[in-house]
Amino acid sequence: MMQRIKPFDHLILILGALFLCMPVVMAFASSTHTAIDIHSNGLYVMPGSNGAETYTKVLTKRGGFTGEVTGLTMLMNSMILGVGFAVGKIVLSMMAAYALVYFRFRFATPIFWVIFTTLLLPLEVRIMPSYQVMSELKLLNTYQGLIVPLLASATGTFFFRQFFKSVPDELLEAARIDGAGPVKFFIDILVPLSRTMMAAIFIIMFIYGWNQYLWPMLMTTDESFFTLMRGIKTILQVWVGSQIPDYNEAFALAVLAMVPPLVVVLVFQRMFIKGLTESDK
Amino acid sequence: MTDTPMTLPQSPGLMARLRGFWEGSSRNPAKRVQFDRPLTPWLFVLPQLLIVAIFFYWPSVQAVTSSFYLEDPFGFGSTFVGMDNYTDAISSREYRRIAGFTAFFAVMVTGLSLSIGLLLAVKADKVIRGASAYKTALIAVYAIAPPVSGLIGMMFFDMHMGPFTEMAAWFGYEMKVGINYNDTAFALILVAVWKQIPYNFIFFLSGLQSVPVSVREAALIDARSGWRRFKDIVLPLLAPTAFFLLIINITYSLFDTFAIIDVMVKDKPANNPMTLVYKVYLDGFKGNDIGGSSAQSVILMVVVAALTVAQFRFLERRVHYG
Repeated sequence: MMQRIKPFDHLILILGALFLCMPVVMAFASSTHTAIDIHSNGLYVMPGSNGAETYTKVLTKRGGFTGEVTGLTMLMNSMILGVGFAVGKIVLSMMAAYALVYFRFRFATPIFWVIFTTLLLPLEVRIMPSYQVMSELKLLNTYQGLIVPLLASATGTFFFRQFFKSVPDELLEAARIDGAGPVKFFIDILVPLSRTMMAAIFIIMFIYGWNQYLWPMLMTTDESFFTLMRGIKTILQVWVGSQIPDYNEAFALAVLAMVPPLVVVLVFQRMFIKGLTESDK
Repeated sequence: MTDTPMTLPQSPGLMARLRGFWEGSSRNPAKRVQFDRPLTPWLFVLPQLLIVAIFFYWPSVQAVTSSFYLEDPFGFGSTFVGMDNYTDAISSREYRRIAGFTAFFAVMVTGLSLSIGLLLAVKADKVIRGASAYKTALIAVYAIAPPVSGLIGMMFFDMHMGPFTEMAAWFGYEMKVGINYNDTAFALILVAVWKQIPYNFIFFLSGLQSVPVSVREAALIDARSGWRRFKDIVLPLLAPTAFFLLIINITYSLFDTFAIIDVMVKDKPANNPMTLVYKVYLDGFKGNDIGGSSAQSVILMVVVAALTVAQFRFLERRVHYG
């Protein structure tokens, strides 16, 4: 049965799409104009001709207080944080979920609760003591310090636990008849079986890691560890008090910071939605 | 015929249940067949346990303990002050004002982004022509980080060239985001809503699309008016999704908006509006008031924990009946 299509529905959708997408389009277009043009004419909807110059400058100019950090360094650090976090999350949570689902052992239930209590509190509410712990462990200004504390939550574990529970029991029975031990069963059967799930979780976690702001801001004082998000903060600190702020460079930085996650979401759209709606964040 | 004492089926006593809890002899194991090895499971679960212990439990416990102490600002030890940090926080007028703004902010952001997300999802579910193009355009913004959306928002409200500032000027209003309290609050809410619409849209749309075709067709016959069909059939079916999103959105507006605020006030909060999480950060890292900041953290912990428990209880029910 078909419903009549009303132009009104399309109107609402077009308005919604414009409201959501125009700021992104204008940020990109304006990043290709000069700061002076933006200052006198406002934001642009169409791209200009100054793009190559601005982006080369943002990517390669040495900035910051020590003159050490470039946009390229920050891009690389964001990538390390995003990929490192996603991979770490998948490895840790698959292993823990495997132990909880496939083994009969003492303390399994208390361990379950110890891990899942972490879902209660986001990092933001324990940010101050987390920072103190990191400085006691001498992990400030390291990649481990940037990535590992973010892994201390059970989101992925919860997801893989649900998935493993839905795997048919017959698989394990068959594997045991063939004489496969727990490690072999995990690596040869369960991991290949989880490939789609791993990809979906990877997408969600990569975006989550890439987009981190508060934690990298506190953990890194050494500019060679700055991520793009941290770079945004630096731009703002010189903003106040300048005659004509470098609008174009700020926009270019924003574009650099949003392109990788945007591409991932758009290219792997179906898998991204699967990961998001099935992992419940 | 002998008298056989009637035996009632007994539920296991408290001690037995506790023992079961510790030893993991649950009556409903996750799998019918499981490995029975004493050591291997520990190898698998240990990495996660270690990380959780060091980076979750240790700081959480430390937050609770230091909330009862007054740290010397010059680093000469600390004194136990009992509940003082809590009473100081709660009785402070500034804290109450910020709590009030946080509640207002959460209500506005949650209400607006949920209703716009729902409206767009209902429309996107209906159209056939161009459906996937709309969908792509409407979910793209999910990928954008809160600080980036804050930066874009800051430009749009820039006092020299921001399009929104200019629009307000047509109506003779001089908008001063970053200086005027109400203007800044407006800008913060707008940016936070903008960033959150795609998330709600995705969940509402997938909820709508899981409604079986037979139900949709029956609804088309039963209820002729579109609004009644929506109110009586679609909305009840979406209720579980909506409840889940309600909690997620409240949590988002309380915590994930930190970066938006920090960027839009350009690191200079002054007398701009802020949320409770921002105040925790400000007092702890800029004001060096560790005890006070910890007490505020603990208050927030209680709020989030309550929200999450509500969410779990609800999800559990959904699993049972759904």
